[in-house]
Amino acid sequence: MTVEEIIKPENKVYARPELLTKNITHYCPGCGHGVVHRLVAEVIKELGIEEKTVGVAPVGCAVFAYNYIDVDWVEAAHGRAPAIATAISRLYPEDVVFTYQGDGDLAAIGTAETIHAANRGENIVIVFINNAIYGMTGGQMAPTTLLGQKTATTPYGRRADLNGFPIKISDILAQLDGTCYVTRQAVYTPGLVRKTKAALKKAFQNAMAKRGTSIVEVVSNCPSGWKMTPEKANEWLKEHMTEKYPLGDLKDVKE
Amino acid sequence: MEEVKLMKGNEAIAHAAIRYGMDAYFGYPITPQSEVLETLEAEMPWETTGMVVLQAESEVAAINMVYGGAASGKAVMTSSSSPGVSLKQEGISYIAASEIPALIVNVMRGGPGLGTIQPSQADYFQATKGGGHGDYHLIILSPATVQEMADFVGLGMDLAFKWRNPVMILADGVVGQMMEKVVLPPFRPRRTDEEIRQQCPWAANGRHGRDHRNVVTSLEMDPERMEVNNNRLQDTYRKITEAEVRYEEKFTDDAEYLIVAFGSVARICLKAIEEMREQGIKVGLLRPITLWPFPTKEIERLSKQVKGILTVELNAGQMIEDVKLAVEGRVPVYHYGRMGGIVPAPAEIEESLKSHFLNV
Repeated sequence: MTVEEIIKPENKVYARPELLTKNITHYCPGCGHGVVHRLVAEVIKELGIEEKTVGVAPVGCAVFAYNYIDVDWVEAAHGRAPAIATAISRLYPEDVVFTYQGDGDLAAIGTAETIHAANRGENIVIVFINNAIYGMTGGQMAPTTLLGQKTATTPYGRRADLNGFPIKISDILAQLDGTCYVTRQAVYTPGLVRKTKAALKKAFQNAMAKRGTSIVEVVSNCPSGWKMTPEKANEWLKEHMTEKYPLGDLKDVKE
Repeated sequence: MEEVKLMKGNEAIAHAAIRYGMDAYFGYPITPQSEVLETLEAEMPWETTGMVVLQAESEVAAINMVYGGAASGKAVMTSSSSPGVSLKQEGISYIAASEIPALIVNVMRGGPGLGTIQPSQADYFQATKGGGHGDYHLIILSPATVQEMADFVGLGMDLAFKWRNPVMILADGVVGQMMEKVVLPPFRPRRTDEEIRQQCPWAANGRHGRDHRNVVTSLEMDPERMEVNNNRLQDTYRKITEAEVRYEEKFTDDAEYLIVAFGSVARICLKAIEEMREQGIKVGLLRPITLWPFPTKEIERLSKQVKGILTVELNAGQMIEDVKLAVEGRVPVYHYGRMGGIVPAPAEIEESLKSHFLNV
């Protein structure tokens, strides 16, 4: 029996989004990236903008994002995605340009590019995955790593006196006149996944309407880097991450 | 009738860019090249040709904007001066690796470090040997006049598209700052998005009916495939080396001694050569116009004719290494250079040549 024969069309409640490629992702089991990729693919398709969307991939775990979502992509140098998105958006004002970045990419090495693209109010969407760690390079401290959190470069836990404080970059971005929408979401429950999808849709609609910069932060997990099972990672996320990074809209400028 | 204008080299770059139909300029102020950005902002080309002009938050951001624009198939450029060009090296490496066209202008000032705002040619190594990480080359154009500053904008962008490789105009601060007569190139329209989609089928600018997605990236994790990419780049560099060497020769037919110099220094050398020829000393000049690819064969040919070669540079002796590689020990090669922003007088060059070759 084939999969098609087993799953009757009338019983089908979920299908792989058309815009997700058949490539097997390199993400670890339980990682939030896969869910957010799926949501981005669904939103682009539902808005009918797949022919005019350009993604900018980061350096970090999402470095291969261009293998998974079937739109045009440019692979950025570490942290520079908002500068690249700025140019493409300005040169093709009718296209929809988004970046997909992690916490190290966006809030450490790319802080200047992020803040200034947002401050210029570039018509771009910034999808920001905050999992408080450098996943791709093996679990080092991120700018958003919580105090006390153990990483490869804070093996005894992050200390404010040695390593500074976790940065709430979205709160900073919400202060800038160029941003129209800054929100912080999560994807560790089905309800939150639905909210995140709605937030992403609003962000892409803002870009289509040329309303300025939209930032969707997704507080996510890193089971491998945190050295936890996926289930435990989500529990830890809920208990600790959302305390420091509370979910909800930080800014939503009405028309 | 040609319209002759008087302007700075930096201003000529800006006017030439608008007239070429450049799609975007991304820059950051730094002496001695800020007139490029200032002139573009004053000309407001977004009102006429639709050209984007943007003052970025840093040279790093500016070059990555260039990377984004280039990846989308547009004709884009940036300009800076030495410390700023050091910051741009990350993006330049990515642009070269991604095989996309872009134009970068470096109006060189003295270094190392913050150095001086006065003229220099001390970025020869950085420009011609790669500059950033990895095995790559830029095509390097060396202007000696304000006219060449204007002409090399179009030439450089055309070469960048022809080879899908970044091109750098490596000017010294003298050429950027001095005013001279210049005939600007004629206006030509910017390409339409439809033309860009036809000319640049590789560009990431939205699928718009294309049956596949375009990805511009320099990343490849499979060693076998990465080596194929490396070899493809090297193959392009070999073809560029065969096809694009540019140089100027003066008084070489009967020359017994040769001076090799580039940029504004070549013009000072020419003055020294004319004075020496009046004294009966037969000196010729070879001015490389492309510093990469380097006119190796031409210097090799001349090294079989002359008794000795002097390179004159605004640095501690950088191009001399490429001259020596071309000469392969056939005749002695000496360097005369000034640093710190000092430009040599013709008499100094004359004295140096005589002391090395004529025991004067």
